Amino acid sequence: MSHHKLEVRNLHFNYPDGHNAVKGMSFSIHHGESVGIIGANGAGKSTLLMLLMGVLFPSQGEVCVGDVQVTKKTLPMIRQRLGMVFQDPDDQLFMNTVYDDVAFGPRNYKLNEKEVEKRVLNALEVVGILHLKDRAPFKLSGGEKRAAAIASVLSMQPDILVMDEPSAALDPKSRRRVMELLRSFKHTKIVTSHDLDMIYEMCDRTIVIKNGEIAADGVTSEILVNAELMDACGLEVPLALQNCPVCGSKK
Amino acid sequence: MANIADSIYNMRLLDDLARQETVIHKLHPLVKLLTTVSYLTVVVSFGRYEVAGLLPLFFYPVMVLALAELPVKPILLRILLVSPFIIGIGILNPVFDQQTFVLAGREFSRGWVTFLSILLKSGLTVTAALLLIATTGMDRLAGALRILKVPRVFVLQLLLTYRYISVLMEEVARTLRAYSLRAPKQKGVHRSAWGSLAGQLLLRTFDRAQRIYEAMCLRGFSGEYHSGEINKICRWDWAYLGGWVVFFILARTYNLPLLIGSLLTGVIR
Repeated sequence: MSHHKLEVRNLHFNYPDGHNAVKGMSFSIHHGESVGIIGANGAGKSTLLMLLMGVLFPSQGEVCVGDVQVTKKTLPMIRQRLGMVFQDPDDQLFMNTVYDDVAFGPRNYKLNEKEVEKRVLNALEVVGILHLKDRAPFKLSGGEKRAAAIASVLSMQPDILVMDEPSAALDPKSRRRVMELLRSFKHTKIVTSHDLDMIYEMCDRTIVIKNGEIAADGVTSEILVNAELMDACGLEVPLALQNCPVCGSKK
Repeated sequence: MANIADSIYNMRLLDDLARQETVIHKLHPLVKLLTTVSYLTVVVSFGRYEVAGLLPLFFYPVMVLALAELPVKPILLRILLVSPFIIGIGILNPVFDQQTFVLAGREFSRGWVTFLSILLKSGLTVTAALLLIATTGMDRLAGALRILKVPRVFVLQLLLTYRYISVLMEEVARTLRAYSLRAPKQKGVHRSAWGSLAGQLLLRTFDRAQRIYEAMCLRGFSGEYHSGEINKICRWDWAYLGGWVVFFILARTYNLPLLIGSLLTGVIR
């Protein structure tokens, strides 16, 4: 299934103020992979996601989804394949009810109302908030909002799920629930996060970004334990792999 | 600061009310829109001294309120919200209008009559508009406007403004909370901070609006706002519209209170 492949070739991006946020990144992500993108604040993670989604366009290089290059012309098709969950669910939920919010995408693709209903109910059921379908999104709790935001993307049945900090601002139980949920999504996943424990558990592959460049790209279990690399990139080894906080003994 | 946070919740009340399923709610949005527009036209068409003629028109909002099972208090509260503006417009009429009339042996300026007619007219029109939103909802209303071939740019403008009000208010609430926590002894915001506060707010709202717009685009938004299917207009919808229009025309052409009055007194005699 080649259309699940995502390829980035020699990507460069400059902000209008001259800041060079992405400098020559290249990688490709294949069907079914779950990839964590990590890096310090300001390393270029969010810019990279915006470039993948076609919200920003590269000043040099290209992004291809399947065999199609991301350009203004191909955007509608690209966006049907790539679903993105925003860091702040409030940015994503803007309709009157959770149902309408989840239905927003499918309706934009002119599906008939029966199909829309089927997809919405299915997506809400998958994330476990079917009972909240008639509630106003701004009245939900943080975890519920996140679930609704994920449902609003799942209802579009994307081939590739892109998530910006999916576990940010969640309590431990909600975080665990979101992780279970994402694990059940069998297609390609791209996750950026500072929650390295989550990346360690969820992603097989990790790309480390430093100052707009790829500092490392490889198997998560090898990269995240590399204390020297992590330190150089403004990161740390996941808490679960650090010394015991009580006795200080190595794990 | 709690007031702003509260009002975010209150603001969506009309949307919550619009989700009920009463006879009025089930009517086609276009029919309700047309009924409201014809009602507004009739109310506004009365001359400034014709107060008695407006009285039968109270029948419409009362009927809709009752049939749609809407709570009266929140609707009245919202009418009160606009009343200062209306009073501001009309309050000088008694001073400027030099003509007088005699009531119960005392002389009054006819300006009081025009003031009363402004109050009644605005009360009725605002109520009608509120009832339209509370029984239809913004989304379906937008659908009705699109059926009327109103350009989609305008409809979208209307919808997004309505959506973004809550976004702006949330930003205001957050900024004010942050301000008040660091200025505990002040009442309100000191004037030295007005400029930067307003500027910050504007920039933040731009940012937020931009992110929401991006989120919409990522889910296939291309300028057309789909708010679900709207059923076809049925016979009952036409009957509703026709019935009210006939009533409005009657109320406009005949002095209904006088007719009913003379009918009653005729019966008594």
